Amino acid sequence: MRSTKMVEMPTYRWPRGARTGLWFLLIALLCVPFADLEVSSLDPWTDLGRLLQGFISPQMMDLEIVIEALLATLAFAFGGVSLAVVCGFLLALAFHHPLMRGICALMRSVHELFWALIFLQFFGLHPLTGLLAIAVPYSGIFARMFAEILDQVPKQPGYSLPARSGYLSALFYTRLPLAWPHLVSYTSYRLECGIRSSAILGFVGLPTLGYYLESSFSQGYYPEVAALLILFYVLVATKKLWLRRWTLPVFIVGAPFFMGEGMPIIWGNVWRFFSQDIVPAPLRASDPTWQSFADWSSNILLEQALPGIWNTLILSQIALAVTGIFALCLFPLISRHCFSAAGRMPGHLLLVIARSTPEYLLAYILLQLLGPSMLPAVIALAIHNGALIGYLTGRNSNEIQLRHDAPVRRFDRYCYELLPRTYPAFLSFMLYRWEVIMRETAILGILGIQTIGFFVDSAIQEIRFDVALLLILIAAIMNIMVDIIARRIQQKVSS
Amino acid sequence: MFRILVRGLLLMLLTGAVNAAPVFVFTAIPDQDETQLKLRFQKIADYLQEELQTEVRFVPVKSYAATITAFRNNQVQLAWFGGLSGVKARELVPGSVALAQGIEDPEFKSFFIANSSTGLTPADSLPESVRDMTFTFGSKGSTSGRLMPEYYLREQFGESPNDVFSRVGFSGNHSRTIALVESGAYQLGALNYKVWEAAVADGNVDTSKVQVIWETPTYPDYQWTLRGDMDAVYGEGFSDRVKQALLKMTDPELLRSFPRSGFIPASNKDFEPVRKVAKAVGLLD
Repeated sequence: MRSTKMVEMPTYRWPRGARTGLWFLLIALLCVPFADLEVSSLDPWTDLGRLLQGFISPQMMDLEIVIEALLATLAFAFGGVSLAVVCGFLLALAFHHPLMRGICALMRSVHELFWALIFLQFFGLHPLTGLLAIAVPYSGIFARMFAEILDQVPKQPGYSLPARSGYLSALFYTRLPLAWPHLVSYTSYRLECGIRSSAILGFVGLPTLGYYLESSFSQGYYPEVAALLILFYVLVATKKLWLRRWTLPVFIVGAPFFMGEGMPIIWGNVWRFFSQDIVPAPLRASDPTWQSFADWSSNILLEQALPGIWNTLILSQIALAVTGIFALCLFPLISRHCFSAAGRMPGHLLLVIARSTPEYLLAYILLQLLGPSMLPAVIALAIHNGALIGYLTGRNSNEIQLRHDAPVRRFDRYCYELLPRTYPAFLSFMLYRWEVIMRETAILGILGIQTIGFFVDSAIQEIRFDVALLLILIAAIMNIMVDIIARRIQQKVSS
Repeated sequence: MFRILVRGLLLMLLTGAVNAAPVFVFTAIPDQDETQLKLRFQKIADYLQEELQTEVRFVPVKSYAATITAFRNNQVQLAWFGGLSGVKARELVPGSVALAQGIEDPEFKSFFIANSSTGLTPADSLPESVRDMTFTFGSKGSTSGRLMPEYYLREQFGESPNDVFSRVGFSGNHSRTIALVESGAYQLGALNYKVWEAAVADGNVDTSKVQVIWETPTYPDYQWTLRGDMDAVYGEGFSDRVKQALLKMTDPELLRSFPRSGFIPASNKDFEPVRKVAKAVGLLD
């Protein structure tokens, strides 16, 4: 027997982050056989051609209507976001309280379109509906982000305050000034999201751009669609030009005057909604029994909630993986290590257009072109979110200093230098985006894909608000759970 | 200073509430292309304003449910409903009445249409070969585009549409149903026969690509429904005046846009069959 000892090879371990990514990819692949990814339209290219032709010869609708819609879009965005900044800031101050945390999580886990559908039932087409539909979820988002930003401020300046300084003095003299630049930059980013949300609210009847986009699109007036879309891109792309420190107050003060007149609020309707409409039907009956309530809830659970949850999960996991692949392919386009300043211009343009088009709108367009299945939804989610994460990752890669021996060939440099070094940032963007993708997936159901939003929309069409609210609540819980899981994974990966 | 401001505001609110001229607002289910609807109902608003001698406003909405909700919330007082939406609305607003319906409405019907690639031809009933094809309804809350087609499908196949077809969608409105079946996005669809006939007459549909393969038996459909408390708000006899104004609408230009050849009186019980069917299909509790 030989007594030589085998030389032990070091076992190769994948870095943690890479394994997490591969797990997500594997899950997505397992989801594919269960997803309906068929192109059912016979001739998608004709319609796509007609849409592109529309972009070559865009045609403006009645100018007065367009300007009104544009102003309403901005008005709801500014009004909603301003209200949310104030409420969010106040909530952030109490964010350490678990109850407050829970309330904020619930507020932001319900999509703004769902909020709009809820408010529509008792405020009707009143400006308050649009205002609150943006302000409520955004307050929850601001509360969390503001609380995190305020927590990350260095503590030392606080120690130099006089011994008996109160909470407010500490806040205004030490924490707020230090956090200010971060608060402002985050608010500015959210304002851009607010403009997108506001445009989308038109799809449920508010007088913003989405209203006319939907009308023109559903009638196949592609030149009008193109004109409206171009207008929307110009609006978002030129934000830096028209949004200055001195124009901001003008926009905020002016906002309430451009939200359209709508219909008057009747407060009795609000009371009726909360005291009757949302009470589960069997409990409203003259002789409520536990049996009837159990039948009612199990029926909703089996027939609507479960299929809705299943489809939402399948679709969002696939969309998440494709988003990741898109982002990894796109980010080199704007990386200074891959292209010259001039060479990065087309990449920047592509990413701006892709990320400023709301997923909902993209999905709507692709559904018309490709026919009804999960495919258009996956592509829409991946284009929008992939462009956003690609942009963030690209920006991150620009902060990298290359090693001296970094590969010269662009492809090698990408594989062996840029990818590994930007990967942790990429993964954390993805984990953060997971919940957003899930929320959007649910909402795309309104367009006819059978995610949970489909059943919410059906319940509302059948004037069964008790069912609708229960399903919205289920969707919210799903989002909260995904958010918690994503944070756990993030902590594990970065520890 | 502050006190004056507050008082001023309060005063404005109060006087605003008292003096608010009750604008008579009406709406309609968005069953067809929106631009056409707007044109159609703006003319009707002008006509009603002239006849009723009070300010009349038309408010467009995006869904059937929004029509019902606005009516229920008293944000609109009059609405042009379909059979099902009207039944639902009157159930939610006690005292509301069906005033008038089109001459064609007591004997309304739905058409089942098919893309030519299916090779299906007109027949007396739906052939067994439609099984596992793709199918689209109109709006989820439509009578002629959802409720009745679903009822007859269940009657014929003894199964829910989801089990009969490989894919079931909701196009949103009747015009979209034509467009989607014509393009082949869906192989089959069901819609309001009036919208189909109008589209064919106007040349808006390529009948070599899509054709009618079956028509349903008849049922009552569209009607004008008014809230019950109108006389108290707009003066004695107002409901009657609205009814008369609708019934004597004879201008062919106004009528063509519906399209109906005229209006006849209607009553709530005319729509009892629709209510029963909706209950049977499970769209009504």
